[in-house]
Amino acid sequence: MELSTIFNYGFVQRAIMAGILIAAISSLLGVFLVLRRFSLIGDGLAHITFGSVAVVLLIGISPFYVTLAALPIVMISSLVILKLTSTKRIQSDAAIGIVSSIGIAAGIILASLSGGYNVDLFSYLFGNILTVNQTELILAFIVFLLVVATVVFFYHDLFAITFDEELARSMGIKTKTINVILFLLTAVAAVLAMKVAGIMLVSAMLILPPLTALQLSISFKMTLIASLIFSVLSVICGIIISFLLNLPAGGTIVMMNVVFLFLVFGVKKILALQR
Amino acid sequence: MPVNLISVNDLTFCYNGLEILSDISFTVNKGDYLGIVGPNGSGKSTLIKNILGILKPQKGRINLFGQTLNTFRKWDKIGYLPQRLSALNSHFPATVKEIVQLGLRGKKTPYLKQNLEFMGIEHLSSRLIGELSYGEQQLTMLARALVNQPDLLIFDEPTTALDPETRERFYGITEKLNHQSGTTIILITHDTGVIGKYAHNLLYLDKKIIFSGTFKDFCNSPAMTGFFGPASQHMICHQHTESDEVIANGTKHNI
Repeated sequence: MELSTIFNYGFVQRAIMAGILIAAISSLLGVFLVLRRFSLIGDGLAHITFGSVAVVLLIGISPFYVTLAALPIVMISSLVILKLTSTKRIQSDAAIGIVSSIGIAAGIILASLSGGYNVDLFSYLFGNILTVNQTELILAFIVFLLVVATVVFFYHDLFAITFDEELARSMGIKTKTINVILFLLTAVAAVLAMKVAGIMLVSAMLILPPLTALQLSISFKMTLIASLIFSVLSVICGIIISFLLNLPAGGTIVMMNVVFLFLVFGVKKILALQR
Repeated sequence: MPVNLISVNDLTFCYNGLEILSDISFTVNKGDYLGIVGPNGSGKSTLIKNILGILKPQKGRINLFGQTLNTFRKWDKIGYLPQRLSALNSHFPATVKEIVQLGLRGKKTPYLKQNLEFMGIEHLSSRLIGELSYGEQQLTMLARALVNQPDLLIFDEPTTALDPETRERFYGITEKLNHQSGTTIILITHDTGVIGKYAHNLLYLDKKIIFSGTFKDFCNSPAMTGFFGPASQHMICHQHTESDEVIANGTKHNI
C-alpha cells in the first residue's frame, strides 16, 4: 500500500490528528510531572481509568462515550493523589501506588461482576488510536487548547513550582490552584492517552518525550518545545509504520519514543567522546 | 519614626503535635540587618517559612509591610534565598538567566543585565544551573532574589558549603545593599564569625525567643555565653567592636 493512500482514509486522518493533539498534551504536561518526580502518575491514573472503564461498561454506557464517561472518576482520583502527596506523610510514589492499586482492584472486581473480561475492556488495555471517534477528537482538541493556554498563561508559575514549590509559595504564587489545574489536566491527558497507547502504556506517553528532551541539556522553554516535537514525531512515525507493517499502533508509537530516546543518548555519547 | 516591615505577635507553630515555635513576638524595621541564630532544630527556618506564608501557624499574627499575611500581595518587595539549594536537581533544564527571571514572573525589567553583572555571573547567563558550582548557584539564587530590587531580603543559611572567598563576597554584597540601598536584611546563620560583623540586631531562638536586641547588648547577656561558649564570646564580640571602630573613623567598610 502506498503512503499517500493511507492518508485518504478518514479513520487514519482522525487518528493522526487526535494522535498529534494527545502527543502535544501529554508531552507538555510530562515535562512538569517528570521534573517534579510524578513520572508514575500516568500509570496510576491509567489504572484508575481501567477501573472507570469497567464501571462505565458495567453500567452499560455506549462504548462510543466511554472516554467521556470515565473522565470524572479519573479527575477525582488525580486530586486524591495530590491531596495524599500534600500531607507529606505519604511520598508521591506511594500515593500513586495506593490510588493505582484501588483502580486495578476495582477494575478486576467490576469486570468479573459484568460477566468476565470482555473484549471492550481488553481493547482499552492495549489501546487503538485507529478507533478514535469524532467525540474523542473534539475532546482532544479542547484539551489541547486548554493545556496550551495553561502553559502560556501560567508559564512562570508552573516553572517556579517545578523548580522549587516552597520558593514558589514564598513568591506569592498560588501553588495549590496551579497544582489542581496541572493534576486535572493530567487526568484528562491520561484518559486520552489511553486511546493512543492503551492503559498499559499511558505513562510512556507522559514520560518518554520529556525524558528525551531532558537529555539535550537545553533551557526550560526549549525543553518543552523539544518534548513536544519528539512526541508528535513519534505519533506520526508510529502510525505510519504500524499501518505499513500491520503492527499495533499504540506499541509502535511507544517504541518510536524509545528509538528517539536512544538516538539522543547515542548522539550525546558520540559527541562526548569527540570532545 | 521607624517603618515597620515585619511584625510577629504571639506566634505559635506546631508540627505533628510538637511545638516548634512558642509565643514568638518581634518586629523588623526598615534598614535593619537582623541576624537569627540558634541551635539546630530551634525553629529558625520554620519561623521564616511562617513569615513567608509557606507554613501556617496555629496561633499568632504576622504583618508584612503593615498588612496582614492574608491580605499581603506585594511579594516582589521580598527576596528570599532558601536553605536547601543542595536539593536542586542537577539535571534541571534551566539557564541562569531563566532562574534569575523567575523572580520577575514575566515582568520586564531593565535591571536584569545589571543584576547579573552585579553578581559577577553575566558570563554564565546561558549556562544550565546544574552545571554550575555550588557558589555560582548560590550567587544565581541571590541574583533571583534581588532582581525585583526588594525592600526586604531573607537569607536562610546562605553560605553553607561556600568557599571563604565566595562567602566574603556574598556578605559584602548584602552589606553593600544594607548600607547603600537601605535594604532590610534578615540572615539566619551558623556562621558565628559574621554575625557581629554584619548584623546590627540579633534574635536568639530556641523554640522561643531567648534574646532579642542589639548585638552589643547580646555580647553582655548571659544568652551569649550559653550559645557561643565563653571562648567564642570574646572573639566574636571583640571583632564586632573593631568593626564599629572602623565605621566611626570614617574609613571605608570592608565590603
